[in-house]
Amino acid sequence: MKHAVMWLLLGLLLGSPALHATTTLESYHFADHKEEQRFKDLIGQLRCLVCQNESLAASDADLAHDLRQEVYEMMLAGKSNKQVTDYLVQRYGDFVLYKPPLKPSTWLIWFGPFGVLLIALWLLLRAVRRQRNVPSTELSDAERKRVEEILQPRAGGDTRS
Amino acid sequence: MTRHLRYLVPLGLFALLALLLMRGLSLDPKLVPSPLIGKPMPAFSLTRLENPQATLSDADLKGKVSILNVWATWCVSCRAEHQTLLQLVKSHQVNLYGLDYKDNRDDAQRWLQLLGNPYLANAFDENGRVGINWGVYGTPETFIMDKRGIIRHKHIGPLTPEVLSSEILPLIAKLEAEPQ
Repeated sequence: MKHAVMWLLLGLLLGSPALHATTTLESYHFADHKEEQRFKDLIGQLRCLVCQNESLAASDADLAHDLRQEVYEMMLAGKSNKQVTDYLVQRYGDFVLYKPPLKPSTWLIWFGPFGVLLIALWLLLRAVRRQRNVPSTELSDAERKRVEEILQPRAGGDTRS
Repeated sequence: MTRHLRYLVPLGLFALLALLLMRGLSLDPKLVPSPLIGKPMPAFSLTRLENPQATLSDADLKGKVSILNVWATWCVSCRAEHQTLLQLVKSHQVNLYGLDYKDNRDDAQRWLQLLGNPYLANAFDENGRVGINWGVYGTPETFIMDKRGIIRHKHIGPLTPEVLSSEILPLIAKLEAEPQ
């Protein structure tokens, strides 16, 4: 019994964000399930400019509501995903996109991490190579012999110790 | 000597990172630069707030340096800004228009009667569609257009006497000096 209640609470806890996300959506009607999915994907990729860490899909701001309506109407008018996002980018800038477009001003974002990785690899390779160039620590036969001599207890006993 | 210098490398990297982060602290993420600057103002045609029978369109703003101020009665900082606007039109010859954004007509008319009307005319954008077309994401916002109707500046947030004297008025003087 105790377990059942716990699982129920856990379920409610985990299930609630998803529940919330769907209830903030106005009831839009779509021709088919595919279109509905396209709408959800689109508004998930667009940023609400009022509450900037939320997508249009998640935000309850007034502007987000209006922009969802705008996206919906453009879809009904047969606009492609690119046309919808272009329309918003022309008005609100690249910031409206969660995924920044690839262009000279965003090269640092896109390629920076790979650059850092390359530098790290280069440093690693250099360190490995340097270690390889360290003179060999193997003893020559003559040296080995001498070591053995030193370590060998003398026949007459060591008087110095 | 050079052996010791290499120990300064992490310090240098740290200083670089610190500078970068410090710059980040002084940026306001709420200020999203408008891609409309340098572009012709989006066309619109709306009823006037003062008179639902008359219309105000982008054509009314062209041929002169104009200011379009986006406001609403539900916008708290617009109320603070309103005094500045009244002062502005009293002390300077400017063409100030208003876009009453997602508002109630009666409330907005009462607001102007009560607080004073600094605008030459107001467009009544009831459903906010024109606002979206202009990339409005929060009120108040103020656009400044040159004589050819090109958007030259957008100020996000309330206008203050300081913003007016340091940014807006110098820009207007510059635009006034430009040929038609």
